[in-house]
Amino acid sequence: MEFDFNEDQKMLRDTARKFLEAECAPDKVRAILDDDSKTYDEGLYAKLVEMGFTGAAIPEEFGGLGLGYLELCVIAEELGRALAPVPFASSIFLAAEALLIAGSDAQKAAWLPKLVSGEAIGTLAMSEGNGVPSARNTDTRLEGGKVNGVKAVVPDGASANLIVALVRTSSGDSAKSLSLALVDASSGVTATSQHTVDPSRKMADLSFDGASAELLGGEGEGLSLLEQILDRAAVLTAFEQLGGATRALEMGVDYAKERFAFGRQIGSYQAIKHMLADMYVSQELARSNAYYGAWALSTDAAELPLAAATARVSGTQAFQHCSKNNIQTHGGMGFTWEVDAHLYYRRSNHLALTLGSLRQWKDKLATQLEKQNQAA
Amino acid sequence: MNFDDTPEEAKFRAEVRAWIDANAPKHLDEMLSTSTMGRSNIDPEAFRAESKAWQKKKQEAGWACMQWPTEFGGRGATPIERVIWSQEEGHYGILSGIFLIGQGMCGPTMMGFATKEQNEELLPRLASGEDIWCQMFSEPSAGSDLAGLRTRAEKDGDEWVINGQKIWTSGAHYCDWGILLTRTDPTVAKHKGLTMFFVDMKSPGIEVRPIKQVNGNSDFNEVFFTDLRVSDAQRLGDVGQGWIVALTTLMNERLAIGGGMATGFPELLSFVQGLDFDGTPAIKDGAVRERLADWHVLSAGLKHTSSRMISALSKGETPGPEASIGKLVAGSLMQEISLYAAELQEQTGAIIDTETAPFGGRFQAMMLRSPATRIEGGTDEILRNIIAERVLGLPADVRVDKDVAFKDVPKGA
Repeated sequence: MEFDFNEDQKMLRDTARKFLEAECAPDKVRAILDDDSKTYDEGLYAKLVEMGFTGAAIPEEFGGLGLGYLELCVIAEELGRALAPVPFASSIFLAAEALLIAGSDAQKAAWLPKLVSGEAIGTLAMSEGNGVPSARNTDTRLEGGKVNGVKAVVPDGASANLIVALVRTSSGDSAKSLSLALVDASSGVTATSQHTVDPSRKMADLSFDGASAELLGGEGEGLSLLEQILDRAAVLTAFEQLGGATRALEMGVDYAKERFAFGRQIGSYQAIKHMLADMYVSQELARSNAYYGAWALSTDAAELPLAAATARVSGTQAFQHCSKNNIQTHGGMGFTWEVDAHLYYRRSNHLALTLGSLRQWKDKLATQLEKQNQAA
Repeated sequence: MNFDDTPEEAKFRAEVRAWIDANAPKHLDEMLSTSTMGRSNIDPEAFRAESKAWQKKKQEAGWACMQWPTEFGGRGATPIERVIWSQEEGHYGILSGIFLIGQGMCGPTMMGFATKEQNEELLPRLASGEDIWCQMFSEPSAGSDLAGLRTRAEKDGDEWVINGQKIWTSGAHYCDWGILLTRTDPTVAKHKGLTMFFVDMKSPGIEVRPIKQVNGNSDFNEVFFTDLRVSDAQRLGDVGQGWIVALTTLMNERLAIGGGMATGFPELLSFVQGLDFDGTPAIKDGAVRERLADWHVLSAGLKHTSSRMISALSKGETPGPEASIGKLVAGSLMQEISLYAAELQEQTGAIIDTETAPFGGRFQAMMLRSPATRIEGGTDEILRNIIAERVLGLPADVRVDKDVAFKDVPKGA
């Protein structure tokens, strides 16, 4: 059994960590956080492209390195640890994966190399603002090669040149009335930025007014394709969450060692050390669940839907748990703009809300348990 | 990243599987597969007889005490071979429970500190299941603070005279031998005045009184010593070195690997699958689904953590600190699950009788056993201290008794 990353993958992790420590210190995150006019750190993203990170899991024929998903997982963890203020997840975990799952050869050839090179930024637009996307709440329509409608709080919506959108292709409440559209955002798309809990990862409403688009995958397959895209993205995002959780825990531990109260280090009090021990436990469980998700993703295992939902719920819970208690450990200082603790708190909640809520993923998880038990 | 055996591991697994298939006590399958932590559906004496028979059979074929040296009746196997054995042994491993403390903790302590002759005489009998051993550490006033123990050993010629009391001693009522931690010098700081012995449990001066537990069973005991005389030859380690010897014992506490620790989650899922609320399947209920999802995350997390540890062993590495989270998570989880399952059973959840309780009363057995898991072998609070101090490197709590002679340390009742 080798339920771990191999030596090459660990080396890649070290490389990514050193690179991001040098290129993505917290002041880089704050530069995007503090500035409404900047959508992301373009200089950093260009360097991530140069390092080959965007193309890690994309086949060489489409401009990638063709390494694989395990390598992409390792990179995702480091991006999460550094809170990288770039549209990596939107472009690579969502848009590129959507193309790999459902794209025609022509669509892949047209867009994947651009996503890898950073020439294009992609994203996924699902929700129209009212609950879990379904045929009942999706009005955005694809007709005659044009899309019309409005999508709500799309991650990196204002930066995206390529939008994978959930659209209506026929009327009615049937799931079959929805499809995926590949929308070229160069004309007919207006982005309106939203103020969100984590301005270091910008989001925007997208209004489509006759934007050029074509079907991505078969007509009527929108929701089933969306499930597949989200399962893959959930595993990759779980690594991003894991990286953030691990760093928030480290910050809490470091502070508990250097801060003195009543004549001793606060980390010597059980109230503090037990809180930190519980953060460690949730982080370790999230790590193990994320590794299992990585295994399922990299082997395209039948267990992927269950593994992805488990990794997603575990990763979300661990990052929220570690980031909120990191603030608690810091006391009043943790609530200041100056201390970095809030950057992790913000990101944990951004990630918890952008790919479908915990409620949604727990429900998916339960559905998989139901299936598993019926099969047994 | 994969779950495959190496070729050597696969060969070993095939050998183990073939032997178990040909030799396992299959007449016990029904009993073992429906037993729950804290309840085995068989009377304790019959259970011990089956345990001893299985142990003897394993030892004769060379499958006992996998990591012990062969000269003491073990197999000299690698850690990963031990894991493979326990995976393949499956529910028959439940039978080995009564030998766990002896073979996992007392045996290695003997190997470290007893003479060759003593080990050659006693350890093969422990390996074959002929003898059962216990560990006499905790006292009424020394649990988590083990080094605060008061059982007194005083030198008299070539012998020691021991007076005092131990508690929570698993299996003492049927054990043949035990290791015993005593205080030999109360005038020095608490960790420095301890000395370890091994004793014959049938000696005059030892009285064992079983403790009736919350769940009605009596697995633990009080052990009283009244002028117990023990030869100095049965001392383990130097006088005053008992704490160091005890740490060796505790370090050998079995890592919860291989099968992993029981959580009750598979039972809950299976129970819920067969349940309905007034005609609607329970598994369609939102509150039930949320609990299942939350608890699957914990139980899957433990299982995959165990896989990470096994992978480390497979590469010849020592598992990392993630090993410490197993009991902490599994203990509370089983308690929560058992309470919730009983809640779903409404009034019938109150029944504990095996014949009439829903789901064979398994959740009620867990309900009444799981509080012990959160205490025995290190309480939840001690485990959090261990994680915080040894894994995260946080400072230890202030110790007011550290440099004080034991006799001057403030004591309650």
